[in-house]
Amino acid sequence: MLRSPLGAIQRFAIDFLSEVGRVAILFGQVIAWTPRAPFDWRQLLRQMVRVGVDSVPVVALTALFTGMVMALQSYRVLVRFSAEGYVGSLVALSMVRELAPVLGALMIAGRCGSAMGAELGTMRVTEQIDALEVLATNPVHYLVVPRVWATTLTLPLLVGLADVIGIYGGYLVAVVMMGSNPVTYMDNSFQFMGLSDVSSGLVKAAVFGLLISLVGCAKGFHTRGGAAGVGRATTRAVVLGSICVLIADFFLTKVLF
Amino acid sequence: MSADAPSTSPAEAEAVIHLEGVSKAFGEQGPGRKVVLDDLHLEVAAAESLVVIGASGTGKSVLLKHIIGLMRPDSGRVLIDGVDLQSLSTREITDFRRRFGMAFQEGALFDSMTVEENIAFPLVRSRRASKREIRQRVQECLELVRLEGTGPRMPAELSGGMRRRVGFARAIALEPRILLFDEPTSGLDPVMTALIDEVILDLKTTLRCTSVTITHDMTSARRVADRIAMLHQGRIIAEGPPRDFDAAADPRVRQFIAGEARGPLTTPH
Repeated sequence: MLRSPLGAIQRFAIDFLSEVGRVAILFGQVIAWTPRAPFDWRQLLRQMVRVGVDSVPVVALTALFTGMVMALQSYRVLVRFSAEGYVGSLVALSMVRELAPVLGALMIAGRCGSAMGAELGTMRVTEQIDALEVLATNPVHYLVVPRVWATTLTLPLLVGLADVIGIYGGYLVAVVMMGSNPVTYMDNSFQFMGLSDVSSGLVKAAVFGLLISLVGCAKGFHTRGGAAGVGRATTRAVVLGSICVLIADFFLTKVLF
Repeated sequence: MSADAPSTSPAEAEAVIHLEGVSKAFGEQGPGRKVVLDDLHLEVAAAESLVVIGASGTGKSVLLKHIIGLMRPDSGRVLIDGVDLQSLSTREITDFRRRFGMAFQEGALFDSMTVEENIAFPLVRSRRASKREIRQRVQECLELVRLEGTGPRMPAELSGGMRRRVGFARAIALEPRILLFDEPTSGLDPVMTALIDEVILDLKTTLRCTSVTITHDMTSARRVADRIAMLHQGRIIAEGPPRDFDAAADPRVRQFIAGEARGPLTTPH
């Protein structure tokens, strides 16, 4: 059936607001259930390993090549103004303020947000979540709380690592490939960088981690319709998680910097 | 209110499970709305084994989910031991469910855990027993469902019948007073069906708990039931002991028992 453009926009707006509402309700439940015993520390650590340790290669590779590309692009532009000495500053500030948090978060949305959507979605359609409730265990407490806090705590650590690797990537290109002076490069890298630049990037990462995990868990938790439903939940967890990261990035940048 | 505080008259409290005018419908208002339970009344007495039969899609599983509080009725009341489930908060209902054990249709085992960990799960979460006591209880439960030695295996390595029996073992781990079985024999061969029925009867004798079994398998229903009730279009249309049930005059019951393709159950309304 053909829909009018206005009807389609209306439908999209309603769907989007319903999704936001579900995520907000889940966030409220996570806050309410976090202090309640028994807190499953083993689950939290297991999730931190999954989100953190297991994601190190993909985040490191992304940061390394982003730093290298940044250095390559900026060197070729800045050399026109004889300002190639500032490549280090440009790469370092771009990495810690923007690129490491956003690209790191997008990688985690693809890798972990999707996994949360698929795992919880499968548990929903195979009645494992119902089984938890029947066994006097609140599923938000047992499944969602550890995932949300693990991602929120771990993403800043990953982004800290990405900052270092990204700056090193820039160093490799500028010094090894372009022949810049290594001491001047490192000196310039940190000359204009304040502690607030680094800490704001890490705060961004924590908020992104919270959003990605909440969206992933909400999509999985409300899965309907068997294997096809799990597929839809997984895709939507990545798409909606990534959109949330980009929208939140704008507002956080406005507030933090 | 507290999970233990009665909210009903003494007469209502006599039945362990009491459904009073329960209605439930799905979908938005209009012709597409499907009424699954329609002003349903049902009582189950202490230590009684009730089997609910009915064609596929008549709301048997929805009925079970109302009894355990996984679904809330649109109208009517569900009383367990005299306590109205709707009067309980989410936290209270979570604790209240320790009175129940539920075995799901396909077992609903946690696939990331071994058989042992699945059965130990409710014991670990309730934090009432030591590790040694938990191990001992897991072994007892495995013996009750005749699955000794399968503890270290993963659910994916088990057959359908074994997965269901592990589900039974997990359901009885906390020694519940009420046991619910959701289609425990559907899709199994006759030998495995007979074995599952024997396990259910064993559990009934050993645990002396109240049980509600959902099935559309008449042979199985006759074996395990003290009383059979038939659900059709959201209502109980016939109930009684298995022997009386076989002699029912209602053509809908007769069609179901005989397993005939044509008759009042399959005539469009």
